[in-house]
Amino acid sequence: MEKIAIVGVGQTTYEKSKEDTFAEIVFEAATLALSDAGGDIGDIDNVVTVSNDFWDGRTISSMAVMDAAGSWDKDISTVEGDGIFGALYGMMRSLSGSFNTTLVVAHVKGSEGKMNLITNAMFDPIYQRGLGIDATSSAALQARCYMEASGAIEEDFALVSVKNHRNAINNPYSQLPMEITVEDVMKSKKIAEPLKLLDCSPISDGAAAIILTNESGLKRFKKDPVWIRGVGHCSDSYTLGYRDLANPRALKDAAYKAYKMAGIKDPMKELDAVELYDAYSYMEPLWYEGLGLAPEGKGPDLIKSGATNMNSDLPVNPSGGVISAHPVMVAGLARLIEAVLQIRSEADKRQVKGAKTALAHGINGPCGQAHGVFIVGI
Amino acid sequence: MSKMESENIYYEGRIKVPYKWYVGETGSRFFIALRDKKEIWGIRCPRCRKVYVPPVKNCWECFIPTKEWVRLKDTGTLESFTVVHYPNEVIPKKPPVVYGLIKIDGADGSLLHFVGDIDISELKTGMRVRAVFADERAGNILDIKHFAPIP
Amino acid sequence: MGKRTAIVGFGQTYQRSSRKDVNGVELINEAVIAALADAELTIKDIDAVVIGNMDHFEGINYVDMWSVEGSGGVMKPIMKVTTGGTTGTTVAMCAYYHVASGMFDKVLAIGWEKNSESDTTGAIITAFDPIWERPNIGGAIAGLAVEASKYMDNYGITERDGARVAVRERLHALNNPYAHLHQEWMKGMEADKIVDLLVTSEQNQMLAYPLRMSDMCPRTDGAAAVIFASEDIAEKIAPIPAWVISTANRHNYVYLGDINWDANDTLEAASRKVFEKAGVKEPLKEIDICEIYLPYSYAGLKWMESIGFCGPGQGPRLVWDGVTDMDGELPVNPSGGVMSSNPIGATALLRVGEAAWQIMGKAGPRQVKKDVNLALATGFGGCNWADVMLLGKKRPS
Ligand SMILES: [Zn+2]
Repeated sequence: MEKIAIVGVGQTTYEKSKEDTFAEIVFEAATLALSDAGGDIGDIDNVVTVSNDFWDGRTISSMAVMDAAGSWDKDISTVEGDGIFGALYGMMRSLSGSFNTTLVVAHVKGSEGKMNLITNAMFDPIYQRGLGIDATSSAALQARCYMEASGAIEEDFALVSVKNHRNAINNPYSQLPMEITVEDVMKSKKIAEPLKLLDCSPISDGAAAIILTNESGLKRFKKDPVWIRGVGHCSDSYTLGYRDLANPRALKDAAYKAYKMAGIKDPMKELDAVELYDAYSYMEPLWYEGLGLAPEGKGPDLIKSGATNMNSDLPVNPSGGVISAHPVMVAGLARLIEAVLQIRSEADKRQVKGAKTALAHGINGPCGQAHGVFIVGI
Repeated sequence: MSKMESENIYYEGRIKVPYKWYVGETGSRFFIALRDKKEIWGIRCPRCRKVYVPPVKNCWECFIPTKEWVRLKDTGTLESFTVVHYPNEVIPKKPPVVYGLIKIDGADGSLLHFVGDIDISELKTGMRVRAVFADERAGNILDIKHFAPIP
Repeated sequence: MGKRTAIVGFGQTYQRSSRKDVNGVELINEAVIAALADAELTIKDIDAVVIGNMDHFEGINYVDMWSVEGSGGVMKPIMKVTTGGTTGTTVAMCAYYHVASGMFDKVLAIGWEKNSESDTTGAIITAFDPIWERPNIGGAIAGLAVEASKYMDNYGITERDGARVAVRERLHALNNPYAHLHQEWMKGMEADKIVDLLVTSEQNQMLAYPLRMSDMCPRTDGAAAVIFASEDIAEKIAPIPAWVISTANRHNYVYLGDINWDANDTLEAASRKVFEKAGVKEPLKEIDICEIYLPYSYAGLKWMESIGFCGPGQGPRLVWDGVTDMDGELPVNPSGGVMSSNPIGATALLRVGEAAWQIMGKAGPRQVKKDVNLALATGFGGCNWADVMLLGKKRPS
């Protein structure tokens, strides 16, 4: 298969509430990605936008950003899901032979909607929605399933919050840089037990964009390419009581495909940095297991070991992760951008020294039903 | 020369679209039994023999139609739970609200529902619970009021 | 370079005004099972799934996740794409690019909608800008009426011309057992007699001049599924696969107020791109059948011009001359089209599936009586957006 490179990345800062409209933040991210690549909109053959009608309060939410994404007189499509899936579709379009270069841009303004209502609407209207379940209460059920299966305790999850909020101090795009302790997390307000306030990500506003190209389109840009070395995506079943919430088998499948494509046999050794989708603290050790960084049930041991801290074996979420800034639909694409910055050695204070291979991960649906994995490298 | 003033104006709206979601023939039979007889029924896949509750028209593992209805008990085991402390206009109760994943005896997976009639400090996974039916039943999932611990 | 890609299977539910007997997931499952049966494949053969619909039409967020147990996507790569009325072709294109990329061999594309479950007009209004346009818009019909009267004024088009298109669509639908509207009373009648009835009947209510009830599409419950396969296996699955020759779209407009009502310029640009890639110089001569997304009758005149089948103002002549009837030079919408069945998220995918079946020779009573080498399918939606896909019998070189 032909190789695809990421040649441009752009992201807005992620904030609790941004004044700009959807179109304005999309334009900002797209423009930043173009100038990062050293190209202009004329170098882009086609566009993929990422948005969600519920989060945007608008049917055909992509309509609000067509012009801002620079798609006039270009082929365009819209993925509704996490931005990592938008990146996957962009990659397919650049591989298809129809287009050389693809701009992918995702946006959300979480501040304009109500998270509990919007995520309640992802539950089945006949059997589940009437109970009032939402993203956080369902995640809490998953957290406890995982505690049962792995023997993890709440303090283990708190370590993720401490590590990632600390990492966020080095990331000027992040929303919640904080120096906190396990005790702070344990004492924070109970939200949905076992989850407390500091186990949960905030709801953010923001946009992010990347530019993908095949080898033929590469010469249009000044920036050195970061190559996509492996990808995979997979969805588990939907019904909460019938999905094993403590076994992220869809992530295992997606990661297996990505590793196989990238020729990675021992991810813990071969990866230099990981950016994963920690919407809630417990997700990080659970996704460790899905990504094959820890054996089944041993995710908590890995976080406790400190091996995923900055300046350790395999830094996970040097950016501060999703728990420090959660622009829904955008967050997976932001992970990919952070992975690219690591490979370019452009991650400033959050740089993992000498990073050559990095992994980015995004999720979709309740309790991480679907997963997308990218491996990028030089 | 006049100058433009700056202020952050916002436009408030709410998407209000009325919906009626058809339950379908399979699910309707489940709700009728719940409403009229206070009975919980599951449905079995002819191939993998898995019993689904709520019922499914097609086994999604085998991708074939399910056929055989199975009368289940109203008892089960609490597989996971959470105590929700925040209010939410779509939750038909005031916080704290307890959600559970309840594996009903005879089913192969769990049902998402409320847990009630319990002191929150006594909640634990593995505990035995029994369905408490609502007095007024309308043929929906709230015909089960909640699951309560079996003393 | 990418892989050549073909359609190897198509399935749909019966398109009906209301499917009370199934929920959305079960409806989707029916179309998937039908497509798999058509291709003689099982769900295990499918490498990836693409699905689309309009969130607020059924009030389901993350439909790809919710429907996975009916779509067959459990433990498979799945992606949701959605763009309004063009969703069906957007889904088809996404499945096409999945295969053309070389990453997947057999990809299932699904479109669906249960319009009976909501107030579709209320939901459509939420598509427009909440600050600038939503407060003063009257749903989809008003915009179409403006387009129609502008076109009538520009070229001296009459209400009879519009009605003639409606008659063609409804007569064709009588050959399609899956179609939603079967107007049996039209059976055996001369087209111009039915036209006379439609433009004079008081029962045929005027909605917004010049549009009457008979000029509009219905609201439908239904689902469709199409299977795309790579050049490595397409011919092993289907004796005559329908190859994707070229595809393109243009989604230029954001505001209704910006639309150019004189010409459907997005359809024009997308068609030009598709023909350029395929080397089609004389569309009317080279293309054998069309499944065009016509949401209302007058589009069947003007948009023929936009695609390039005839010159400006010539649409009516093409239609009155019978060129677009079943036995004409270019049969348009043998299925009965959107005006006979409109499950919105599936509507444009039905165009692709029906066009593919004409090439594969599987369209049954609605199969055109001639050799089909090139078939054109289009999608319409959003803010005057256009999707175009050209299918062919001959494997592209
Ligand atoms: Zn089964």
